[in-house]
Amino acid sequence: MLEGLVFIVMGLIAIVCAICVVFQKNPIYSAVFLIQTMVSLAVLYVLLHAEFIAAIQVMVYAGAIMVLFVFVIMLLNLSSGDVEGGKDKLILQKTSAIILGLILFAVIGVVTVKTVLHGTQGEYTPEYISRIGNTQLVGKLLFTDYVFPFEIASILLFAAVLGAIILAKKEIKE
Amino acid sequence: MIPLSWYLILSGILFTIGVIGVLTRRNAIVIFMCIELMLNAVNLAFVTFSRQLNSMDGQIFVFFIMTVAAAEAAVGLAIIVALFRNKGSVNVDDMNLMKW
Amino acid sequence: MDLIGYVLLFPIIGTIINGLFGKKLNTSLVGIIACTAIGLSFLVSILVFIDLLKLPPESRLFEKEYFLWIGSGSFKSIAGLQVDPLSTVMILVVSGVGFLIHVYSIGYMHGDDGFYRYFTYLNLFTFAMLLLVLANNFLLMFIGWEGVGLCSYLLIGYWFEKKSASDAGMKAFVVNRIGDFGFLLAIMLIFVTFNTIDFTEVFLAAPEHLEVGSIVATMIALLLFLGAVGKSAQIPLYTWLPDAMEGPTPVSALIHAATMVTAGVYMVVRCNVLYMLSPFSMTVVAVIGGATALFAATIGLAQNDIKRVLAYSTVSQIGYMFLACGVGAFVTGIFHLVTHAFFKALLFLGSGSVIHALGGEQDMRKMGGLKPHLPTTYKTFLIGTLAISGIPPFAGFFSKDEILLEAFTRGSLLFWGLGGFAAFITAFYMFRLLFMTFHGKSNMDKHVEEHVHESPMSIVFPLIVLAFLSVVGGFLGFPAASAINDFLAPVIGGGGHLAMADGGEAHHVSGRLMYSMMGLSTGIALVGIFLAYVMYIRNPDLPAKIVDKFKLVYKIIYNKYYVDEIYDATVVNPTVKSSFFLWRVIDVRVIDGFVNGVGRLVELKSEVLRLFQTGYVRNYALSMLFGGVIIIICSLILL
Repeated sequence: MLEGLVFIVMGLIAIVCAICVVFQKNPIYSAVFLIQTMVSLAVLYVLLHAEFIAAIQVMVYAGAIMVLFVFVIMLLNLSSGDVEGGKDKLILQKTSAIILGLILFAVIGVVTVKTVLHGTQGEYTPEYISRIGNTQLVGKLLFTDYVFPFEIASILLFAAVLGAIILAKKEIKE
Repeated sequence: MIPLSWYLILSGILFTIGVIGVLTRRNAIVIFMCIELMLNAVNLAFVTFSRQLNSMDGQIFVFFIMTVAAAEAAVGLAIIVALFRNKGSVNVDDMNLMKW
Repeated sequence: MDLIGYVLLFPIIGTIINGLFGKKLNTSLVGIIACTAIGLSFLVSILVFIDLLKLPPESRLFEKEYFLWIGSGSFKSIAGLQVDPLSTVMILVVSGVGFLIHVYSIGYMHGDDGFYRYFTYLNLFTFAMLLLVLANNFLLMFIGWEGVGLCSYLLIGYWFEKKSASDAGMKAFVVNRIGDFGFLLAIMLIFVTFNTIDFTEVFLAAPEHLEVGSIVATMIALLLFLGAVGKSAQIPLYTWLPDAMEGPTPVSALIHAATMVTAGVYMVVRCNVLYMLSPFSMTVVAVIGGATALFAATIGLAQNDIKRVLAYSTVSQIGYMFLACGVGAFVTGIFHLVTHAFFKALLFLGSGSVIHALGGEQDMRKMGGLKPHLPTTYKTFLIGTLAISGIPPFAGFFSKDEILLEAFTRGSLLFWGLGGFAAFITAFYMFRLLFMTFHGKSNMDKHVEEHVHESPMSIVFPLIVLAFLSVVGGFLGFPAASAINDFLAPVIGGGGHLAMADGGEAHHVSGRLMYSMMGLSTGIALVGIFLAYVMYIRNPDLPAKIVDKFKLVYKIIYNKYYVDEIYDATVVNPTVKSSFFLWRVIDVRVIDGFVNGVGRLVELKSEVLRLFQTGYVRNYALSMLFGGVIIIICSLILL
């Protein structure tokens, strides 16, 4: 009962904040609302017994990545009217986007409601997880079964850092 | 316990909002944030499936998605900064060089 | 005999040195390099000749194979050189006369801007000609054949700033193409028939494979002859040779008198086995040869350009050679080829000397009375004229007389009549040339006359050597003990495989017939000379009167029977017109129209389609979403 209440409250907050992300004129507000969405999603992850994911959702996503966003917005010093002040040149873009989005949602809904997820049940039941601990399990899997993707991810991050530096650095004029 | 399909519906709603945001907004940074929103919706779906199937794979997947999202955010924001330097704007409509 | 490769090596080295560095070297060095190359080639030829003489006559065939040139399936062509009496005679003539003409060219071309270019071409020509005669298979011979054609084109159009010269080069090239086409077809047919293109193998296989008079043999022989007709300027493809006189005179002497144009004769003789298998094609060769001999001679009567007269006489003399080949006297044909190379080169070089002395004047009507000015040239020229007219004991007498004799004994009275009449005309117009140029009163321009001088040593020396050869050359084929007959006999009839070979058959003709024929042909020549003397020395007004009387005939002959005009009207113009049609209508309108139309269509459609390409990323994303939704819906419905 409490679980259902938490889901409804957090789900509503997430949806409302997501809508605000899209419709806020000022990007800094969008960023703040996005953080709120992410935090409420983190709560939902806890409900789903994915505590580790919930933790890094708050720390990495809502913390690090979103700080990066805010930082860039501050850096570029964009105010609300600067970007989207004028009239949209693509007249039908907004309408058709919303219509198509609704159709997409309808399709997703149909798929979700109508189809039953077939799949072999794994061994990681909530009881099992709570006995060992979610974080320990994730850590164990990452360094055993998924060690190769894990190492690849480190290379990816390294490449991303290099790319970001090269892209963003000022060109040195002779 | 609430049915897991509710989570999926919520995920669908967030994803749709993200799509609409990408398509309607003109500010590159906001578009980028909407993409993050879509990623989050997908993450929610992954965790839900993981829960449903009693498998850890979905959560591991989310972990990697976050890694990629972090990399993407770094590079993407760098691109936006570079664009702003060159064009003086982050309006995607100003960047219509794909048409000759 | 292993040295044979060097015969080819020296000219090509000369070509390479002069071609690459000639522009930087000074002119005398260029000349020395070119002459040394050919001179060494000539020396090697002599060595090869001596080697060959040491062997017994039956085994005088030596093939040196160098490498597998083309090997594709059953087709095989081994690049190699073939030394036998025939090719040896040819390389001696080519390198020997070639050497003299190279020396002559140093004097003649002195001061020309393209000196090094000239000698590069000339060396290259010598190389190609030697390759032609030394090749051991048809394809290699064809390379040489095309090589000489190319050099001929380059040298005719040597003064390419002059439109007539470059046109003449083009004409020669195009007309030769017709013949080469036949030659190439013949090579293909030979390969299909015998599965080889090696001379020795083909000639060994031919009598076994083909019956006498079979269609394939006739086809091969006629196609080869088409090639020969083009290269050797016979009816109907002779028109390029007179125009080829636009080239420098030594070129006319070397290429268009002594060597290249006789390549056709050489080829027919080389393939004599094939011709003997086809009596019909032999008759064709004889008829074309005889007809050309007479036809070209009559044109020569009315020409006023000194070189053109000689050009027509060349055509006519080659006609003689083919006449000889056509009646089966292949050796005689080669004999005449050799003597002709001597005296015709002499005549051309002599005319070159005259032209040189007169500062480029070629019209005989503006010459006359040159005898005291150019004594050496006159003497040598006189020898050449006597030789071509067939006055004993000069070279032309023996060979021409032998042809007439062969034509009479082996062919028919008709062939003899053609040849005899042509001989009469030849004697007449050659002495007309001599008289108009060297005798009588001077018609030269005043300021030209003041500068007339005997030519320098490098010009006179070859004249003297060639004059000497023109005197003694005939004794190679002295009727009683014909050295050239014995020497060449093994080549004829596939080394004695064919019984009807010519060999020493000439000896069987009864002595009385032989001597009466000799007397008769000498008499014919003397009558011709006398007539020329009457008309151009004693009675200079006579020609004009005769022309007046036979205006129409004169006009036709003067205009070379309008053959060029007829060709223009029947072949050239329709070709040009239809080409224009193909260009303007088919190509520009139809093909280009189609291609452009497709392009225009795409362009028009694109004009509509490009509206979808707004250039806005958001728009593209929308399309992506649309597509994605469609795909999901589809998969929902279908699955």
